[in-house]
Amino acid sequence: MSPETWREIGLVAWRSLRRTMRQPALVVPSIVFPLILLAVSSAGLSSATKLPGFPADTYLDFSLTVCFIQAALFAAITAGTEVATDIQSGFLNRLQLTPLKSSAILVGQVAGAAMIALIATVTYIGVGLLAGADMKAGPGGVLVLIVLSMLISVAMAGVGALMGARTGQPEAVQGIFPLLFVLLFLSSSNLPRNLISVDWFREVATYNPISYLVEGLRSLIITGWDGAALLKGFGFAVIIGGLAFYAAGRSLRTRMERT
Amino acid sequence: MSVSGNLEVAQAVGNRQLRHAFYNPALAIPSVIFPVVFLIAFAGGLQKVGDVPGFAFDSGYTAFQFVFVFLQSSAFAGLFTGGFAVAADWESGFARRILLGAPHRSGVLLGYAFAGLVRWLATTVIITIGALIAGMNVNGSAEEIVGLVTLGILVNIAATLWGIGFAMRTQSLQAGPGMQVPVFVLLFLAPVYVPLALLTGWIHTVASWNPLTAILDSSRGFIDGNPVNSWVAFACGAGLLALLAIWAVTGLRRAERGE
Repeated sequence: MSPETWREIGLVAWRSLRRTMRQPALVVPSIVFPLILLAVSSAGLSSATKLPGFPADTYLDFSLTVCFIQAALFAAITAGTEVATDIQSGFLNRLQLTPLKSSAILVGQVAGAAMIALIATVTYIGVGLLAGADMKAGPGGVLVLIVLSMLISVAMAGVGALMGARTGQPEAVQGIFPLLFVLLFLSSSNLPRNLISVDWFREVATYNPISYLVEGLRSLIITGWDGAALLKGFGFAVIIGGLAFYAAGRSLRTRMERT
Repeated sequence: MSVSGNLEVAQAVGNRQLRHAFYNPALAIPSVIFPVVFLIAFAGGLQKVGDVPGFAFDSGYTAFQFVFVFLQSSAFAGLFTGGFAVAADWESGFARRILLGAPHRSGVLLGYAFAGLVRWLATTVIITIGALIAGMNVNGSAEEIVGLVTLGILVNIAATLWGIGFAMRTQSLQAGPGMQVPVFVLLFLAPVYVPLALLTGWIHTVASWNPLTAILDSSRGFIDGNPVNSWVAFACGAGLLALLAIWAVTGLRRAERGE
């Protein structure tokens, strides 16, 4: 990538960052809501640790990483809404008059969502440690946790950007939020796959890529260094992000050509 | 104040709300999808939690979770009709015209409550059919099921009144999270995943004082054919209804005065 492209990405990213951070109503709930769910589920499901074969000492250790995925889902909505709003308000049309490339616009647009995800990730790790979570992979594991969490958030932001670019309507992007949550619920987020006793649910969770994202993050907390889980976690994040950004780039290019 | 005048207003407001809710897929679909997803995620994904030592519920984990989803859908149907619909009517200016046109304004509250109830009953039929197809056991007698439905109606009307009172005061859809979060927190601070006896720590203390715990426990008792503390549950439901009726009526009066 040329220095000029980096400068273009920086300009769009700076605008995205300022626009996102100026909306506390957007930032605060996306960080606080997963913490409320964590508090309720870690306390309410603590007796699940008594199940034979449950892999963690406490349900807090087990469920902490679900917050990271929820933050990534919020990143998808934030990024998608920003792209769609710019299309709807005509800002994208005005950008057509500048030498900005569509790839720079796309990558820059997810900066705001990525910043919220970073703040959320650090907050969740801090709250988890304060609440007594045991990080089996140690301090190095915390760093990898942050990297993987950010990668997942950026990949999901790509999914959101794709929705934003295709629909051009913020309301339509908001409408996919429940669908993304369905994917989270139909994964191994609440119990490990080997303890899901309903066959069809276990099957769906096995084919659901969200399960591998959760399990990759979770392995650093409850297992330590698990190469296979991490490889699947990183692998699925890269595949989802790569496909989403590729498709979003194409959609945006088509929309700009049409314009 | 004539009863027939109130009923005429209630019928007009209720019918309008129902037409709006049922002919608008963006409103109708989420109110069904969300409870179904909760039921699938909790009853399917967490089925194994029913094997935790000390978990005693003869009808099985699907029925145990069905009751929570039943009450949750009841609360949210009320909230969507009483809260969001009223707030949307204020934003569009329609609420002001209703207040001007209605000779008996308490009929307006009755109309929203009627619409909330019908909306919930339609949702709950779908959820119940889904749960029965999934193999839910119902050990309760016909009278006990009537008790369960009556508690659901109390929760539904209470949630509608909460939403009306809130929306009459704020008159804005942007206050939606402020309306939803207390209901969401109250619901999830009850014994959602396991019986109260299996909760420990702060969640046990909070759940013990939560009025929804009594309603949830009693409702589960009804479906299991083993009613527990029914009079406490009905007293809690009636108490909530009385308090929230005052909240809704005072909200209506403030709106009438233009505050």
